[in-house]
Amino acid sequence: MIHATTTCANLLHGAWCATITPPAKRMSSPEPKHLPSTIVREDEGALVSLAKSGDLGAFDELVNRYERRIFRLTMNITQNREDAEDATQDAFLKSFQHLGDFQGGSRFYTWLVRIAVNEALMRLRRRRPNVTSLDEPVQTEEDLMPREIQDWGPTPEQRYQSTELNSILNDAIAELEPIFRTVFVLRDVEQLSTEETADALGISVPAVKSRLLRGRLRLREKLNRFFEQRKPA
Amino acid sequence: MNCKGLIYEISAYLDGELTQETLTEIEIHLKRCQDCRLIVDTTRKTIDIYYSSQPLPLPDDVRERLHEALVKRLGRRPNS
Repeated sequence: MIHATTTCANLLHGAWCATITPPAKRMSSPEPKHLPSTIVREDEGALVSLAKSGDLGAFDELVNRYERRIFRLTMNITQNREDAEDATQDAFLKSFQHLGDFQGGSRFYTWLVRIAVNEALMRLRRRRPNVTSLDEPVQTEEDLMPREIQDWGPTPEQRYQSTELNSILNDAIAELEPIFRTVFVLRDVEQLSTEETADALGISVPAVKSRLLRGRLRLREKLNRFFEQRKPA
Repeated sequence: MNCKGLIYEISAYLDGELTQETLTEIEIHLKRCQDCRLIVDTTRKTIDIYYSSQPLPLPDDVRERLHEALVKRLGRRPNS
């Protein structure tokens, strides 16, 4: 692990710090569901072309644009901060080193996610080799059928402060088996398509759908204990 | 369509991937089954709540370590 001794403002003539990260917003005006509007895609394409020609400033802009999302992704998969940091670093480094292999047939972000997922899964397997099989576990119908069926009310998340809500969401997702967690994070948090998720994980589209269904239902069950509307005593 | 059938289709239903025929069957079932309405509603909220959780700002120390490692490993500064 590299420990910083330089302040952000000193790095790279400030270029690495060009993007001011806004405070986290919760439950209000979510970002657009699909990142790649034509404009963003073209802009991203231009940055990638420049980075491919060795322009580190352009690559710097790509890092600034995606670092938070890649760190969230690797944190969600590894559930370990040190591994998530290392996976994020290596994902960006490898993406730069292998930019020549990127053909532009997909979004750069999707390609970057695929690298980051591999880095994160590698570290997760290393840390927990016995519980990190990506094989389909034996599932029964009973596993799928909901046990808890309560009304949550219209906006259950608003009953919690943002730090408390974060903690609830993180704990619930951490309890999911890695194969469900990874698919849920790619599809429902990172908003990759089913096909992109299958591609990133090297599994079939039906396998993505099956794991997503189970991941969503299990998370619903885990959140139920926090969000159910309790009747007044 | 019974409750079990609905559970198997709930993801496709929420993602808008069903055929018109299956969609109609689900909507008929939902009209008469309160439990399934609650399951659909809470599953949808589960997805929405996670989706709305924006990435937190990268902690300063993580950000600095990331950028310092990139500078060190890539060997030079951008535009230099």
